[in-house]
Amino acid sequence: MSDILDILLAANFWAAALRIATPLIFGVIGALICERAGVLNLGIEGIFTAGAMAGWMAVWLGAGLWGGVMVAALAGAFFGLIHAILTVPLGLSQHVSGVGVTLFATSLSYFIYRTALPEVSSPPRIEAFQPLNIPGLSDLPFIGTVLFQQTALTILALLLVGVTGYVLYRTPLGLAIRAVGDNPSAVESQGLSVYGLRIGAVVVGSAIMALGGAFLTMSAFDAFFFGMVNGRGWICIALTVFASWRPGKALIGALLFGAFDAFQVRLQTEVGSFIPGQVFLMMPYILSILALIIVARKADYPRAMLVPYFRGQR
Amino acid sequence: MIRFEPREPASLGRLVLLPVIAAVAALLLAAIPMAFAGLNVFSAYGLMIKGAFGSPFAFTEMLTRATPLILTGLAAAVAFKAKLWNIGAEGQLYAGALAAVAVGTGLIGGPAFIQIPAVVLAGALAGGLVMLGPTLLKTRLGVDEVVTTLLLNFVIILFVQMMLEGPMKDPMGMGWPQSEPITDEAALPKLMARMRIHAGLIIALVAALGVYFLMKRTVWGFEIRAVGENAAAARHAGMPVTATFIRVGLLSGALAGLAGVGEVAGLKGYLTADISPGFGYTGIVVAMLAGLSPIGVIFAALFIASIFVGADSMSRATGVSNYLADLIVAMALLCVLVSGLFLRFKVRFVGVKTVQEAAE
Repeated sequence: MSDILDILLAANFWAAALRIATPLIFGVIGALICERAGVLNLGIEGIFTAGAMAGWMAVWLGAGLWGGVMVAALAGAFFGLIHAILTVPLGLSQHVSGVGVTLFATSLSYFIYRTALPEVSSPPRIEAFQPLNIPGLSDLPFIGTVLFQQTALTILALLLVGVTGYVLYRTPLGLAIRAVGDNPSAVESQGLSVYGLRIGAVVVGSAIMALGGAFLTMSAFDAFFFGMVNGRGWICIALTVFASWRPGKALIGALLFGAFDAFQVRLQTEVGSFIPGQVFLMMPYILSILALIIVARKADYPRAMLVPYFRGQR
Repeated sequence: MIRFEPREPASLGRLVLLPVIAAVAALLLAAIPMAFAGLNVFSAYGLMIKGAFGSPFAFTEMLTRATPLILTGLAAAVAFKAKLWNIGAEGQLYAGALAAVAVGTGLIGGPAFIQIPAVVLAGALAGGLVMLGPTLLKTRLGVDEVVTTLLLNFVIILFVQMMLEGPMKDPMGMGWPQSEPITDEAALPKLMARMRIHAGLIIALVAALGVYFLMKRTVWGFEIRAVGENAAAARHAGMPVTATFIRVGLLSGALAGLAGVGEVAGLKGYLTADISPGFGYTGIVVAMLAGLSPIGVIFAALFIASIFVGADSMSRATGVSNYLADLIVAMALLCVLVSGLFLRFKVRFVGVKTVQEAAE
């Protein structure tokens, strides 16, 4: 029992939790922006893959790390735009379009990677983001280890939570985005463009999702692997419901998730010889399903989510 | 300005023509990545056609590939018709395959006419039960089935890996994580000597006809369509909406489970954790190309299978990545989605002025 307490109180443990949570924070914030505007974006899994591949490849071609981050975001925005056009002005099924975008983004990323790098035995590596070392801050006890020995992308994810919360709840634009996901005809009657707001939210949200993918290839690892996203996008969709579409809760949800994952990795080293490794690998998915079940009864979906809007129609 | 005007129910000709146009559009769009990869586009298409239809062997390979796609396509078509978003056919396929192996490797003895039905039934049941969970969570607790079915795919594939490395590992498998072979009495018969095509194709075609009959001629089929069009209205009209969802979930999962049965009991003969290169997800494309029509699923599966088999063959000849096939399939889904607009609406290109006049 005291072993468990030791784990939970260690700064390293929470640093690992935040590291595992980082791609999920990007993903949940991105998904939340789309869904707040009324659009479910199941393209997320493919957008993660596209961000991971495009960001990595840009750096590999010499774009520099922040250049890679920009390219990843642009790739995300591109696939987000496809999803937005199909689901907002054309009003097509958000489920099917999202799955289509995931299949398209994933296969296009794999195809481009394989075409650029035919038959490499081990994936080429890049010089990835290194942990920050801010004199003073990084040496602080606990907080220094947890927060300031992360890479810059983790700090960016935390900043995005704050910015998204501010924009959604403290600016007219945020009010309009929330309204367009709840009652689009009221927004239209204010003279605002429902299509413009929804398309904009989906494009920006998708660009943020793609950064979660970029974190995988440019910070967590330094190479691109097939299947590396491995359901993280879908987990983000579940966490968005768990977070009841609020940026602050999204951060907490992702951190809890990261903590569980970091904890089970440590548990695995203790009892791994008795329990098959797959049981531990299943945990994130089972945990996500449990999270959905817990909040299901009181989940307060944006009221116009999944509902296409046509001008002049009430 | 583009304006959409609702259209009367589409004619059969239009229903057939639009997916064909979408498929052709996807193939034409594929010329862009092909050219990007440095291929001569025309000879590449030629190689693909030859690879899928150029010889009796190629043709039977295409039919073999279409077999699981017909079943996963039906799984998606049935579920989507009721607006039950089952995106878990991949996991249900593996569950079916696992059950088929559990029953078909000597659990029960007896002649083929006992063992084969037992294996088929076990696979269907396993797939159906896997889908029952998310369906009940949806009807009882309102948990979104899209995410639960997607996440279960990962859980089930990991479970299959666990079984193949643990209790169900073949002791004679030279250490590879694979199951014991299906016994001769439990294996689905081959349809042609020296070819891989197997009786799973018959199961798939019968399933398509069965689903067609169910949807068109039975009360349950009527209820499924009614629930899909408007669940609230169906409930108001006194239809058993919850029971319909459960029936649809079981049926959809069972169909995907059958795809797994065919792959292990018909094609491979044993189970590995990589028997499906995404047949479950591709089934969604098949169903959409078919406009959710069970008979259409057969043709859509043949088209998608010929792309996969043709691209594999082209890839071997030219060295270009066969992810091209996945790319074409994904583009086909997006194209057919857009073409669906022309089914539901008349698309009018009108001047801005006319719109303003109409508004006044």
